[in-house]
Amino acid sequence: MIHSFFIINNTGDVFMEKHWKSVINKSICDYFFEEQSKCASVDDVPPIIVTPHHYLINIYKNQLYFVAVVTTEVPPLFVTEFLHRAVEIFTDYFQECTETSLKDNYVIVYELLDEMLDNGFPLAMEANILKELIKPPNFLRTITDTVTGKSTGVSGTLPTGQLSNVPWRRTGVKYTNNEAYFDVIEEIDAIIDKSGSTVIAEITGYVDCLVKLSGMPDLTLSFINPRLLDDVSFHPCIRFKRWESERVLSFVPPDGNFRLISYHIASNNTVAIPIQLRHNILYREGSAGKFDVQISPKQTMGKTVENVVLECTFPKSVLNVTLTPTQGKYSFDPVGKVMTWDVGRIEPSKYPGIKGNISLQTGAPIPEANPPLTLHFSISQLALSGLKVNRLDMYGEKYKPFKGVKYLTKAGKFQVRT
Amino acid sequence: MSGNGLHVGTGGYANERPPSSTGSAEMDPATDPASSGFFSNDYKRHDDLKSMLDSNKDTSKLEAMKRIIGMVAKGKDASDLFPAVVKNVVSKNLEVKKLVYVYLTRYAEEQQDLALLSISTFQRALKDPNQLIRASALRVLSSIRVQMIAPIMMLAIKESVMDMSPFVRKTAAHAIPKMYSLDPEQKEQLIEVIEKLLADKTTLVAGSAIQAFEEVCPERIDLIHKNYRKLCNLLVDVEEWGQVVIINMLTRYARTQFTNPNKDEMQDEADRPFYDTDKEEEEEGAAEEKPQPKTYIMDPDHRLLLRQTKPLLNSRNAAVVMAVAQLYHHCAPKSEVGIVSRSLIRLLRSHKEVQYVVLCNIATMSIKRKGMFEPYLKSFYVRMNDPAPIKLLKLEILTNLATETNISTILRELQTYVTSSDKEFAAATIQAIGRCASSIAEITDTCLNGLVRLMSNRDESVVAESVVVIKKLLQTQSSGHKDIIIHMARMVDTITVPMARASILWLIGEYSDRVPKIAPDVLRKMAKGFISEEDIVKLQILNLAAKLFITNSKQTKLLVQYVFNLAKYDQNYDIRDRARFLRQVVMPGENSRGLFTKHAKKIFLATKPAPVLESKFKDRDQFQLGTLSHVINKRSTGYQELPDWPEVEPDPSVRNVEVVMPWTEKTTTKERKDKKPKKEAFYSDEESSSADEDSEEESSDDESEEDSSEEESNQEESDDESGSDGDEKSEKSEESKEDSEDESEEENSDEESEEGSEESDSASEEEVKPKARVTNKTDKKTPGAPAQSTGPASRDFLLDLDDCKCNECLVCIALKSSVIDKVTLYCHCNK
Repeated sequence: MIHSFFIINNTGDVFMEKHWKSVINKSICDYFFEEQSKCASVDDVPPIIVTPHHYLINIYKNQLYFVAVVTTEVPPLFVTEFLHRAVEIFTDYFQECTETSLKDNYVIVYELLDEMLDNGFPLAMEANILKELIKPPNFLRTITDTVTGKSTGVSGTLPTGQLSNVPWRRTGVKYTNNEAYFDVIEEIDAIIDKSGSTVIAEITGYVDCLVKLSGMPDLTLSFINPRLLDDVSFHPCIRFKRWESERVLSFVPPDGNFRLISYHIASNNTVAIPIQLRHNILYREGSAGKFDVQISPKQTMGKTVENVVLECTFPKSVLNVTLTPTQGKYSFDPVGKVMTWDVGRIEPSKYPGIKGNISLQTGAPIPEANPPLTLHFSISQLALSGLKVNRLDMYGEKYKPFKGVKYLTKAGKFQVRT
Repeated sequence: MSGNGLHVGTGGYANERPPSSTGSAEMDPATDPASSGFFSNDYKRHDDLKSMLDSNKDTSKLEAMKRIIGMVAKGKDASDLFPAVVKNVVSKNLEVKKLVYVYLTRYAEEQQDLALLSISTFQRALKDPNQLIRASALRVLSSIRVQMIAPIMMLAIKESVMDMSPFVRKTAAHAIPKMYSLDPEQKEQLIEVIEKLLADKTTLVAGSAIQAFEEVCPERIDLIHKNYRKLCNLLVDVEEWGQVVIINMLTRYARTQFTNPNKDEMQDEADRPFYDTDKEEEEEGAAEEKPQPKTYIMDPDHRLLLRQTKPLLNSRNAAVVMAVAQLYHHCAPKSEVGIVSRSLIRLLRSHKEVQYVVLCNIATMSIKRKGMFEPYLKSFYVRMNDPAPIKLLKLEILTNLATETNISTILRELQTYVTSSDKEFAAATIQAIGRCASSIAEITDTCLNGLVRLMSNRDESVVAESVVVIKKLLQTQSSGHKDIIIHMARMVDTITVPMARASILWLIGEYSDRVPKIAPDVLRKMAKGFISEEDIVKLQILNLAAKLFITNSKQTKLLVQYVFNLAKYDQNYDIRDRARFLRQVVMPGENSRGLFTKHAKKIFLATKPAPVLESKFKDRDQFQLGTLSHVINKRSTGYQELPDWPEVEPDPSVRNVEVVMPWTEKTTTKERKDKKPKKEAFYSDEESSSADEDSEEESSDDESEEDSSEEESNQEESDDESGSDGDEKSEKSEESKEDSEDESEEENSDEESEEGSEESDSASEEEVKPKARVTNKTDKKTPGAPAQSTGPASRDFLLDLDDCKCNECLVCIALKSSVIDKVTLYCHCNK
């Protein structure tokens, strides 16, 4: 299936390679570079590139391209999914998946890749199993290793999870503080049209967990209003039957961080938009263009809107903008023509605004459409859909765990057309 | 060597050396150890590494190996170290060993002779009591691509498929394709091995076995028959990657073994809106209950496949969801395909690469199945910061979904895209408008007017695109639109994009009868600037000239001659050719007889078929959805055609597995193959087996029900009837059944653990506490067991009750005292 794997950085340097079958020279990446040079933006590189004998399936993440080479028919999503999963595992191991962290841990990365696939087919992709096979870099362990002269980097026995019914969980987990945290995170994707009415609004939510529980706990998580969730994807640990019959999440959790479910609440349910914009953008010859935007909270259920950032990508003919915000700071990137206004939190007393002039290139035609505005914000202690965790029960272990639930609403792809 | 070791020892005191390079520093004190690997002269390149590898201290070996693997990972050549590395294959240190293995798989191919040195080590390791060591030895042995060891490999594979440990068997399954690519002549033998693996009952092996099957002998579909039901039932518990492979294979299987569920409706491919997806359950039930017209009855095995894959739509893995979606698209009755759309829409929130592939597939699906995605129309609205390929795909889908009812919404949305600052996208939008206009007659005029307005746009590419689209639209229209043509004729002066100019000229030539006064004047203008035009424009000028000469020779004769003369001396030979040809046809000289001249009008001004504006994805449905070939719209290597449904259903009895009543005899292997995985399955639903297996299962369940309430036995009955559609119902009854078991059969708690661990928590709240604790005990034991046990007990940590003759454990006692007499539960005494 997957033949080879390359990691390429932003400057076009192939700094890592791994082959699961015979070796393919890294010059194959030239096809990739060729395709890349045709694209205006890094996002536009086609995910699948066809070369005479190979197919390059790539993803772009953290300023790095991860390129998988396949030679025969294979479901493309299989490869994409693998690449993303690999990046997740690297992040899990090294806290971040960047060029430096990968370069610092060449050997571990290579060993991991070797364990993940056999003959190009996934062998062990569960972080919990991999962590037993190959220990993540750990300062304390490095010291013990140096002192004792032994190496504990790899395990000599097969991780028990691999054979059990719960391959995602390590055995023999022990914590002194048993705790389980659940973060309910919701992202609003919306398009708001010129007049301020909602064209489309959807909510995508996740329940991300951090579970540090000893032994083999069996958890049951129930919601007050599970009916909200009509389109859900589950971590393999969840018992689908129980969800279907009782609408509760019953599972033996993996150890550590993981995403329990993600759900999607479609557009037919009305979504309350927590923030609204008033905008007035006008282009005129010279430096007389006008830019005036005001932000005000709308339906926030009494919570404060925080971390508000407004982005505006101007057309190429705009030279510069001179603006004065009533709050926060703004910056203008003259290359990408992106204006970023970091608003911060919206105080209930006064609503932030930004005003000023746009200067256009002289002689260039006046742009016919106003630039769309992108908004980022977050509201803590609120799940916009109204989803609420009812209770978490633990069976199978005797201790009393510490349990915590957090809610957070964020803007996903939130766009305002002007 | 020993001296060296001593040196290293003393080196430990020399504090000025960096600790990581003690080994090399001792051997070669003159060079800086850190840099010598890369910067020293070629002849003694890697000398330090070699000496570190030769040292007998594990730490320095490890350090050296780490640096070597670092080089391998960076793509630097480390092949000259091969002799030094291969020696360490016998190292006792696991980490060193592992790195040597990694190195070997990379370079063995280049150093075949030396690689042979390591073979005996692997052969020995294949007999190691530790399953991880056996597995990794097999992995490396099979990854060494050396022709000469093929027989050894074959032997190793054959042995490993019989291994006690499922993990080793999985590795063996992976080794099969490697073996096949090394020596294709072994195919027959490998097929035998695959057959054995297919019969394997563990979920761990299933996916890899099917992958091996797909790579070696996908044409031997007959091997699947006996395993079909098992695979379907196992599917939920197989790891995600195996699920993808299995579902894809089963799609092909279904297309060869079952008949087309939509045969009767083939004729009316009407795009009636499907139904509300919210009603999916009812719909599904209804589809089964009401007898289909013309008596199509779905094979129960076909139904089983569809039923078992449905829960996988909730998988977190996009590839699994896509695999199920394509299965439904290709194999499900039309009324049921709708359920996949919601899951596909969910994937659109995923990474952009996933989005791209999913959108490609939706684009193809949406041509034939509009109704399926219509409720989600708005999910395809474009955001200005979407990546370019995704914008185009969304546009494509929006156009595909356009119907008379939603067209006004779509047009309004498209209008905002036209003003986008991304001009390529704006141009694509105009094309999309054109397609909508040509497919929906009511809006053609509105669209035309809108496009004409766009022609006064400031942006040239937008104007050009509108011209081209208008030209196509006018062609589909039979009459009128004189004003538009006049308007376009005026634009010739301003538009510079060649394609647009050519389109206008063609249009004027074609409809010169509608604008008799203007046409010759346009030709005059064009003749003036002929030499500076692009080739495609020149060709159209020639066409225009010829057509005008035919209709209006009086006014244009001289002009036409002038144009032909200019073209005669053009640099481009196509244009010269065309000019010569046209001249001969329309104005033949004295000495030629002008045979064509009287037919010239018929030739040039015949009514031309209107271009069909259709989706680029129209021809893509020849490929199976979800495949690479589909996304790139080209047959990729190794693509397997999705077979057409057979006219007559092949014998369904081939899938029957001999059913032996479990309590009559010692379980035969066949019976086990079928029963066991179901029991082992942690999360799979036990009721989900196909109808004929149900009966068997039911009978076993019945016994455990002895003290359960009447109410449940009622449910039991309903289970019997429900067959396939009572899915949900039967699950519920299953749950409650288990509840009652939990409550009533205290003494059997141990043997129930398997089911208990699955469902124990379903017991009511107050019951839970003591109950759960009991279950937990065994629960903990379960995963722990296989690791320590390597002897005969390791075969599978759960033994069939038949095998348990200990007479000590709870199960045996219970069995003896005939508290229970069923054999489907498992005990944990491990004897």
